[in-house]
Amino acid sequence: MTRHLARLTAAAAGAILMSAGAAIAQPKEIVIGVQCDRTGATQTVGVFFCPGVHDYTNLINSKGGVEGRKIRAMEIDHEYKVPQGMEAYERHKKEGAVSILLYGTPHTQALAAKLAEDKIPGTSPGFGSAASADGKRYPYLFPIAATYWSQAAAAVQFVKGKLGGNLKGKKIAYLFYDNPAGKEPLPILEDLAKLEGFELKTFAVPAPGVEMGAQVLDITQRYRADFVIAHLFGRSPSVSIKEFKRVGYPLSKVVSFVWGSAEADLEAAGGGAVAEGYNTMQFAGVGSDYPVHKQIREMYQKEGKPAPKEMVSTVYYNRGIFHIAVHIEAVRNALKAKGATANITGEDVKNGFEKVKGVTLDGLMPPLEITPTDHEGGGWVQIFTVKGGKLTKASEWFRAYPEVIKKHIEADAKKS
Amino acid sequence: MFHRESGYFKTTYAADGGLYPLPIAKWTIGVLLAGFILLPTISTAVSGAVSAEYYVSVVNLILIAVVGALGLNILVGYTGQISIGHAAFMSVGAYTAANLAVKLGLPFWVTLPAGGLMAAFIGAIVGIPSLRIKGLYLAIATLAAQLIIEWVINHTPAISGGSQASIEVPRPTVFGYPLKTQRELYYFLLFFAVLAIVGTLNLVRSRIGRAFVAIRDQDIAAEIIGIDIFRYKLTAFAISSFYAGVTGVLYTYYLGIANYENFLITTSIDYLAMIIIGGLGSVLGSILGAIFVTLLPIVIRVFMESFGTLLFTASELNNVIPATRLGLFGLLIIVFLVVEPEGLNRLWRNIRNYFRVWPFSY
Repeated sequence: MTRHLARLTAAAAGAILMSAGAAIAQPKEIVIGVQCDRTGATQTVGVFFCPGVHDYTNLINSKGGVEGRKIRAMEIDHEYKVPQGMEAYERHKKEGAVSILLYGTPHTQALAAKLAEDKIPGTSPGFGSAASADGKRYPYLFPIAATYWSQAAAAVQFVKGKLGGNLKGKKIAYLFYDNPAGKEPLPILEDLAKLEGFELKTFAVPAPGVEMGAQVLDITQRYRADFVIAHLFGRSPSVSIKEFKRVGYPLSKVVSFVWGSAEADLEAAGGGAVAEGYNTMQFAGVGSDYPVHKQIREMYQKEGKPAPKEMVSTVYYNRGIFHIAVHIEAVRNALKAKGATANITGEDVKNGFEKVKGVTLDGLMPPLEITPTDHEGGGWVQIFTVKGGKLTKASEWFRAYPEVIKKHIEADAKKS
Repeated sequence: MFHRESGYFKTTYAADGGLYPLPIAKWTIGVLLAGFILLPTISTAVSGAVSAEYYVSVVNLILIAVVGALGLNILVGYTGQISIGHAAFMSVGAYTAANLAVKLGLPFWVTLPAGGLMAAFIGAIVGIPSLRIKGLYLAIATLAAQLIIEWVINHTPAISGGSQASIEVPRPTVFGYPLKTQRELYYFLLFFAVLAIVGTLNLVRSRIGRAFVAIRDQDIAAEIIGIDIFRYKLTAFAISSFYAGVTGVLYTYYLGIANYENFLITTSIDYLAMIIIGGLGSVLGSILGAIFVTLLPIVIRVFMESFGTLLFTASELNNVIPATRLGLFGLLIIVFLVVEPEGLNRLWRNIRNYFRVWPFSY
């Protein structure tokens, strides 16, 4: 028995030594923390979003990794609960993550201070707070995509184009989910209403947002809005499409923010044909015809597997690709600066983020340019319109009223 | 378990109701406390500073949950008044403390009791319907409180601090030293968790605690033997909400932010699950329940990460882990309730009683 034990111990010790030796010989893989929600309040997003993250990571690894280094995207599902998000963050830190893909507005806000203390960069595309675009104030937080403020500005720009280039005296209704995220764009919209001379009226939809017959009637019959800007989440975008359809309001006069615009929303509203004309805003391209999708399909084919079924919901799947692609680019920049075999830290990757420029994945990504002061990377969006039952591109990447947004970011920085 | 219980004779009521049933209990408590105080040091020595941060962060979440579970157990377990609006009281504490800390720059030893007191005040108001209604009806009344408080916070910029409804709070400082790392925050949280445990233990063996139990068992009988139902029911709501408020403040300082999305109805239900799994009407049960509910998802994930690869590919595993975790969590709750409806506390007592006379039973 003792001899057995001794032999076992020796074998174990040998194994540990060998693995340690292997670790020295080969540069370590780079860990990126991925917070996900596949089971919580926003699971409808997560089940498509997270596979996009992994598929792109695997694609990069199958092509030899970043500068020869393999990437490990370590996913932790936090059920959209903040304490679990904190636990996930600490776990990622323990595993040596050099950057974190955050998920969820309250999580982003809760971790903002922690990220700066630990010097690990985190990204929050499409959520978090608009003020975090300010790189000086939040050095380790990167929204990397159009914030709600930028989306509000872009929406007004789009409406202006649709209504003949002049908004004077026009009536615009803002239909929003009655929560902090829904209210965040209000100051921008109010400012722009003054600037462009249009009339703005707000219509709040209380949680859980599945009942908005009254608001829609109000907008269409009493207020008679010239255009509707909708900022809804979860089930409510599909309900809004149905309600507008029911009262006969043309959906081509509705533009939705980024969380009201996935294939699933159209389906829930009764299919693409019902939603004909509906305009949606996107911070990553829509559709599965980009070259990167072809490469992912080929990667699966090589392994003898069918293409992932999650690819069908291209809005969220592509956002997953977009989200991790920015991280991988930041890691690439860090490795370029430090040497391909160097042990990079969160600080190196943060500097890498601030050099991200000119990665477009053939149009899937906006012409992002992140700088030490602008962590939003410009605030670019694209409009997609439902045509023939499918989301089709209706504009190139654009951004609007950067000076108004800048003013608000500066004012917010002064406030605290 | 490993000590003799015979030979100690209690001759007074005071001794019978004492905090330590046996002299050896003092030693047990002492060793436990020493272990908890040394925990960060030990875990750092064993697993290194980086891993220790993670392990301690999990313990931190448990410590916060313990305070909240104790508070809810005072109301639901001891007094028999059901509340499914407890997360709302936490948010009251959180926003009170956050506003005081940010607008007036007050330190945590002012904001923490202030948050608790504010929650106690609101809790006592919400408790008023309990004087007339019971059971399911009261549950719905507290649910209304949950929704009303949520709405008020969300729509009052003076409370919520702007449209984002989240207030960043500076780190707590002790003697001018800010507590930043998990291991530093651990002592901060441990102090209040111990305070809450000792407070509850003393509360339930006092006149007030016994009045609570009498109300739970039969409120008409309690009234006949001279217990002022009006006073004690509201006291129960106030004390319980005080704990909830403190829990909210602890969350706020721990996360560095007061945010109402942290205190939705799902949180209320999580805490109810804790005390039901742990055991209604028991202090140890609240602690065990808080540990169980916090730790179970983490343990399941770690287990699946290590052994799940035998059955699934890595990409499947990403989908399987959250799903199993949710399923197993529900399943285990049912199993526990079927096997031992009185919760983990009873399970622990059964184990202890078995070993008490082992190996000489009968």
